Amino acid sequence: MDQTRNNSTAEIETTVLGADEIILNMGPQHPSTHGVLRVKLKLDGERVAASECIIGYLHRGVEKIAEHRSYQQFAPYVDRMDYVAAVSNGLGYCEAVEKLLGAEAPPRARVVRTILTELQRIASHLVWLGTHALDIGALTPLFYCFREREEILKIFEKYCGARLTTHAFRIGGLQYETYDGFEEEVKRFCEDFSKRIEEYETLLTENRIWLGRTKGVGILNAADAIALGVSGPVLRASGVKWDIRKAAPYAAYDQYKFEIPVGKNGDTYDRYIVRMEEMRQSRLICLQAIENIPTGAIMARIGKVLKPPPGEVYHAIEAPKGELGYYIVSDGTTQPYRVRVRPPSFINLQAFDKMARGSLVADVVAIIGTIDIVLGEVDR
Amino acid sequence: MPFGIEFDDIRQYIAPVIYALVIVAVLPLMAGYIVLLERKVMAHMQARMGPMRVGPHGLLQPIADAVKLLLKEDITPKNADALMFWLAPLLSVTMALLAYAALPFGPAFQIADLDVGLLFILAISSLGIYGIVLGGWASNSHYSLLGALRSAAQLVSYETAAGLALVSGLLLGGTLSMKGLVEAQDSQGVWFIFVAPFSFFIYLIASIAETNRAPFDLPEAESELVAGYMTEYSGFRWSLYFLAEYANMIVVSGIAVTLFLGGWMRPLSGVHAHIFGLPYELLDLLPALIFFGLAAWCTKLALRQGEQIQKMVMFLFVGLFVVLGAAMAWSLTSTSLMPGIHGAFWFIVKVLVYLYGFLWFRFTFPRYRFDQLMKLGWQFLIPLALVNLVMIGIGIVLAQQFLWPLSLAMIAANVVTLIVAFWLVRQGDKPSIVVLPAEDELPAAGPGEIR
Repeated sequence: MDQTRNNSTAEIETTVLGADEIILNMGPQHPSTHGVLRVKLKLDGERVAASECIIGYLHRGVEKIAEHRSYQQFAPYVDRMDYVAAVSNGLGYCEAVEKLLGAEAPPRARVVRTILTELQRIASHLVWLGTHALDIGALTPLFYCFREREEILKIFEKYCGARLTTHAFRIGGLQYETYDGFEEEVKRFCEDFSKRIEEYETLLTENRIWLGRTKGVGILNAADAIALGVSGPVLRASGVKWDIRKAAPYAAYDQYKFEIPVGKNGDTYDRYIVRMEEMRQSRLICLQAIENIPTGAIMARIGKVLKPPPGEVYHAIEAPKGELGYYIVSDGTTQPYRVRVRPPSFINLQAFDKMARGSLVADVVAIIGTIDIVLGEVDR
Repeated sequence: MPFGIEFDDIRQYIAPVIYALVIVAVLPLMAGYIVLLERKVMAHMQARMGPMRVGPHGLLQPIADAVKLLLKEDITPKNADALMFWLAPLLSVTMALLAYAALPFGPAFQIADLDVGLLFILAISSLGIYGIVLGGWASNSHYSLLGALRSAAQLVSYETAAGLALVSGLLLGGTLSMKGLVEAQDSQGVWFIFVAPFSFFIYLIASIAETNRAPFDLPEAESELVAGYMTEYSGFRWSLYFLAEYANMIVVSGIAVTLFLGGWMRPLSGVHAHIFGLPYELLDLLPALIFFGLAAWCTKLALRQGEQIQKMVMFLFVGLFVVLGAAMAWSLTSTSLMPGIHGAFWFIVKVLVYLYGFLWFRFTFPRYRFDQLMKLGWQFLIPLALVNLVMIGIGIVLAQQFLWPLSLAMIAANVVTLIVAFWLVRQGDKPSIVVLPAEDELPAAGPGEIR
């Protein structure tokens, strides 16, 4: 990596001082490791010489549980992986099983799924923004973000009775019809939301301190990002235009116009800008979808007992954090033979060492925040 | 008089003792209520209510917090240096309180009007860093140590900028006595903030950094160092650190108010407007009116409280404000007491406004990174403070030797400083190119490799 970089972080040459290296354990109980991530840092002064992520504190054997549950029974479990974006997890699983069955959800169900999933993407990004800003020391955006997230959670609660682990979708479509006033509420939220994004951006986007803390921090170039299998906003911020919603459309995404925001430098600031823009695009998708929800059935005819034919299937969706894939092997019984989840957080976290090496301790929290991990999903 | 005590002796020896007792007694309470204010201001900026449970609108929250902290178990870590661990918070709080000795709350309300008042305060508040460094070292924890080291480096860097900013105030006032500085502003008829705005601006930033407040709160950066040097402290000793921090905030605000904001002087003290043929000046009525207004507002809130006890607490506050308002109104009739009481009122109001600035910054800005903090201090504030100092000096020479009007001289001086400030910002924005070490020079880390 013999490169020059316009980076103010590298100015203090701690190696010259020849200070002893110390090992600093961040976590598993630490305010800014977003749960129970443990990061072992080898510090040279305040500079990170090497790092290692130690995971597994939240391992619950979700994939193993699947082998002892019927296909429907396992559906609520997937919500507990990325609990910040439970609706997206449910969508991925339901569509994967539908693919295995050779069934397809009716058009109305697909559009409602798209709306709820996009709202969930906004909610997930709001949690990311709030906590990321908090890690960098800005207290206020967290509360603004949670104020808007509350509105989304209220919509979820009205729709399916749950706020966080929603189990909003069923294999084959939807369990519930939308409630009266669903369209108006989503529309009102989306219309208000553009002003709200402006509000967050006034606090952060052009703030000198924010720029200083995020620009040039945790750089991940496109080649490394692809080699590490990184996906989602982290990949796009490195300049790779890859979004499964466009590349292999699922649900009803082929019907709507939206842009894929792409970054240039692959630093923390670009990831911030990409996610902010994604929230705007999600809002536009919701507004397009809400205008024209098809009428008709919400559930495909798939029968009560699901016995998919023997075989295997991989289905991936663009979850808020990246490519969320389900690889399901069926042996023809009512229970899956094996379910393997490709969680975006787990794979994105592999890029941590690449981003953190050579940066300062203070940047480590910014980098953990910018990857946007949820430990429930990393450890499963 | 018996025992040969004269009235002058009482003034000289007894009054300072009483003042000192008042400060030591009232300050913890004041710090507690500043915390409440901070939480309330923060809550309202963040679209929430803040403390609402303990007493009406959380008015008794500081007392509940204090009781909780005093009753909490006081843990000394096993590997800590017990003596230093015990001494450090005491040192911190003692130094913070000592600084009040020279702070003039009003023309009369000052423990000691030292000739070198400003130097004394600066010296004493710099000693407070020992409390932090020793505490961080004695805790025997990585987080504490890093927090303490950051604190020491930060304080040393920003003390320089703050000192240089204060020197330009001294040039204008021509004295180091805190009382003399206010009197100089009174006789020149202008607060020094209007003459030397850059000095005030530099001191504002440096004072936030010196008290370790956001956006410069790196020593206790929660997301990085848990609680910095305070990580291993709990209970009473932790609350001593807390008290020291808030006491220091009041001290730096007091210095800024004294030096730049006219100390205990009323705003527009040169304007003498009378209405309705009253013998009192219009603006002198303001303190009493403010307190009566607060009392009326509290009455309104009190009537809305559901529970009897809440109502009583709220009426207690109504009573407090009525008494204060009455004191303000009554003191108007006495020419000997009026400057003292009103002076203290205006001083505290100005300190609170300055503190509000602290809170506002905290809720608006993200936190600096350590190297950026140092860069801001050494590459922007200190050069700017130096230039500013020279320009103020030139301005004074122009005014005194060449008989320019002071306002013209100072405008010219400040314009130059402004240009330099812009130039410095531009310089700071220029990216400095640094060659990173090649990757193979950095140690590789595989799983389980870091021990």
